[in-house]
Amino acid sequence: MDLNLTPEEVAFRDEFRVWLQANVPKDWAEWREKPLEESFPYLRAWQRKLQEGGWAAVSWPKDYGGRSATLMQQAIFWEEMARLEAPPMANALGLGLIGPTIIAYGTNAQKKRFIPGILSAEEIWCQGFSEPNAGSDLAALQTEARLADAHYLVNGQKIWMSYGWVGDWCELVVRTDPAVPKHKGLTVLLVDMKSPGVEVRPLRQMTGESEFNEVFLRDVRVPVENVLGKVNDGWNVAVSTLMHERGAYGARLILIFKRNINRLIELTRKVQRNGRPAAQDPILRQKLAQCYAEVEIMRLNQLRAFSRITSTGAPGPEGSIQKLFWSELNQRLQQLAQELLGPYGQLLASDGHAIDKGIWSYGYLRSRGNTIEAGTSEVQRNIIGHFVLGLPRSY
Amino acid sequence: MQFGLNESQEFLRDSARKFFAGECPMAEVRRLMETDTAFGANLWSKLAEQGYTGIIFPEEFGGVALGIFELILLMEEAGRALLPGPFFSTVVMAGTLLDALATTAQKRKYLAPICRGEARATVAFFEAEGSWDLADVRLTAANGELKGEKLFVPDAAIADWIIVVAQNGVFLVDSKASGVRVQPMLGMDLTRKLYSVRFDDVPGEKIGETAGLARPRAIATAALAAEMVGGMQRTLDLAVEYAKTRKQFGKPIGIFQAVQHQCADMYLETESARSAVYYAAWALQHHAPDAAAAVSIAKLYASDASRTVGNRGIQVHGGMGFTWENDLHLYYRRAKASETTFGDATFHRERLARLTIDAEVVSERGA
Ligand SMILES: Cc1cc2nc3c(=O)[nH]c(=O)nc-3n(C[C@H](O)[C@H](O)[C@H](O)COP(=O)(O)OP(=O)(O)OC[C@H]3O[C@@H](n4cnc5c(N)ncnc54)[C@H](O)[C@@H]3O)c2cc1C
Repeated sequence: MDLNLTPEEVAFRDEFRVWLQANVPKDWAEWREKPLEESFPYLRAWQRKLQEGGWAAVSWPKDYGGRSATLMQQAIFWEEMARLEAPPMANALGLGLIGPTIIAYGTNAQKKRFIPGILSAEEIWCQGFSEPNAGSDLAALQTEARLADAHYLVNGQKIWMSYGWVGDWCELVVRTDPAVPKHKGLTVLLVDMKSPGVEVRPLRQMTGESEFNEVFLRDVRVPVENVLGKVNDGWNVAVSTLMHERGAYGARLILIFKRNINRLIELTRKVQRNGRPAAQDPILRQKLAQCYAEVEIMRLNQLRAFSRITSTGAPGPEGSIQKLFWSELNQRLQQLAQELLGPYGQLLASDGHAIDKGIWSYGYLRSRGNTIEAGTSEVQRNIIGHFVLGLPRSY
Repeated sequence: MQFGLNESQEFLRDSARKFFAGECPMAEVRRLMETDTAFGANLWSKLAEQGYTGIIFPEEFGGVALGIFELILLMEEAGRALLPGPFFSTVVMAGTLLDALATTAQKRKYLAPICRGEARATVAFFEAEGSWDLADVRLTAANGELKGEKLFVPDAAIADWIIVVAQNGVFLVDSKASGVRVQPMLGMDLTRKLYSVRFDDVPGEKIGETAGLARPRAIATAALAAEMVGGMQRTLDLAVEYAKTRKQFGKPIGIFQAVQHQCADMYLETESARSAVYYAAWALQHHAPDAAAAVSIAKLYASDASRTVGNRGIQVHGGMGFTWENDLHLYYRRAKASETTFGDATFHRERLARLTIDAEVVSERGA
């Protein structure tokens, strides 16, 4: 047990800190609460700047434009990003989930073709996993791909595809062999979203925005060289992407949560309750302290998981624990914000009286999605029950 | 950065686990809890032989001089074994207090025999209000003599010395002195006995000022939270084992999600409490600026979680979990007693609120 940074970790932090101070955009606050469609070019430009400094994908191997950063260095990276309130990067799924999967499973030609575009945010990636009849039971998906003269012909429908509206490429899971058990007949294809036959329709979420899409695929031709990994080994490839989604992703959320809880503490000092600042209301103090403690525990759980993965060399079900913890914590935190803000909590970004440009009404609604996306809470509990505790599979 | 056990820490944990499995199996726990004091002289001398009674105290007083993190690992194992008797009161409460406040001469006289396993001590804090707030302490020493009553004093009947927290200082009293009256208080936890202690003009030796109590109390609070994590781990293990073997409707009950998800939540709560306790120990050891907050976070989380883990564990066991012969209720009783000891979750949330909401600037910290 040694929570002091090693000399290498200090050097990494200091180098990034200096770079970030010199390069972080100063006007992010003006953009932060704008719809993603509007701020997207801004985020692309910011990612490009990070890439030029060699900071866009620190976890990636050096050969692919990363820094081969350890998990601890990644945690430091996100901590520094948060400290200076740096904007996020545009190609979140490409950098965080899909790039690492291509590095792990891709051919040299695929890596050469796709990695630079992911890093520079020239090509935005999305994840085509879920279907109307395959959500938690992902392996039941039906979108089919048939081989015809060095191409796969893809037909089917995907749903809930985040970034579909801006995506250039998609990691698409398809069924290549309907005759074998469901996990064994899947293949991952890298699909150009501009291909003929791809139709992207907006899906409006309960928050009012259209962060994700419905995607129809009709006779879409995908060249065989765009198979990622082996044919009919798509389940393993997809699971590797999901591990990234549930695992290291938590590290960047901690900072958002820390900012939110610190902001709530500031607000408690200003908001009035029963004729005094809410900061003096004993019940709100209790709730705020509980939330503060849980955000800190989320950070500690993450660091412990990172240490364990580093020493065992294999990411295990830690990601499920983190995913379960942060998604349910965020719902409690958002509810607390509502309680604190009283009638102001409901105000939308467009209302002149809204506090913090409406982030709390948005956050409250958005947090319902947290326990659904990236595997529902029930699915995470199944994973912990079966893979961690060794209980029999319940389904 | 390495947030986990190093090799020697793993060794300490494993050997403690082995020691307790051999010397303090559940049969021995049950035998001792049926006695008046829950004290086993034989077990005590074995604890001393292992160096556990002096684990964090300086070598010059016969201690082993390990760190707070090592103490936490030992307590976790003690909690898992439900170690009965005065280890917590003697080593963790009285020992750390003497170590922090006493003069060198006093440490030779009182701490050294504790390290050697020759003496036992306890700390008397609570009065009629049952409050962990120093401001609620009324008992005052006059001309070096104590008069008044303390409640909920652990293991007082087998302590050689009772360290009394008074309004105007911390005093050590010989438990055999005339004017000391020790009466059992019958608590839920059968493995750690409580007493009321009356002092009628009993001479006390001053150990230090109450201002010095913060650190030993923080260490004891973190150690208690660690012991609670051990109890949670054992409850989880029992529940998972039962869910795998007990069959209903022709299937192991663990296949039912209502059962399986209880187990998953127990795991999440146990691991989260453990993370918080490890960090608190590290922060205390290294005098980190957020050490006080870290201790409160650990205790508030462990206090709530050990109760819910216990609730779930009993539920998973069905009627079997409600029986005297099943061990779960022994852990459940300990968890309830520990929940309030050194302040429950509500108490520590308020403390944390003072450190965060009332602080001018929310403190920033590096990774
Ligand atoms: C904001 C957001 C963004 C998303 N982005 C993407 C994306 O980019 N790409 C993509 O492919 N998908 C995406 N998704 C889809 C997401 O992965 C699925 O919604 C999720 O896996 C659940 O599937 P489902 O919606 O079909 O619900 P269902 O699987 O139908 O689940 C309905 C309910 O049944 C429960 N349930 C189902 N099976 C079990 C079981 N075995 N045990 C216990 N309970 C069970 C679930 O927990 C849930 O409560 C996104 C979702 C959201 C909300």
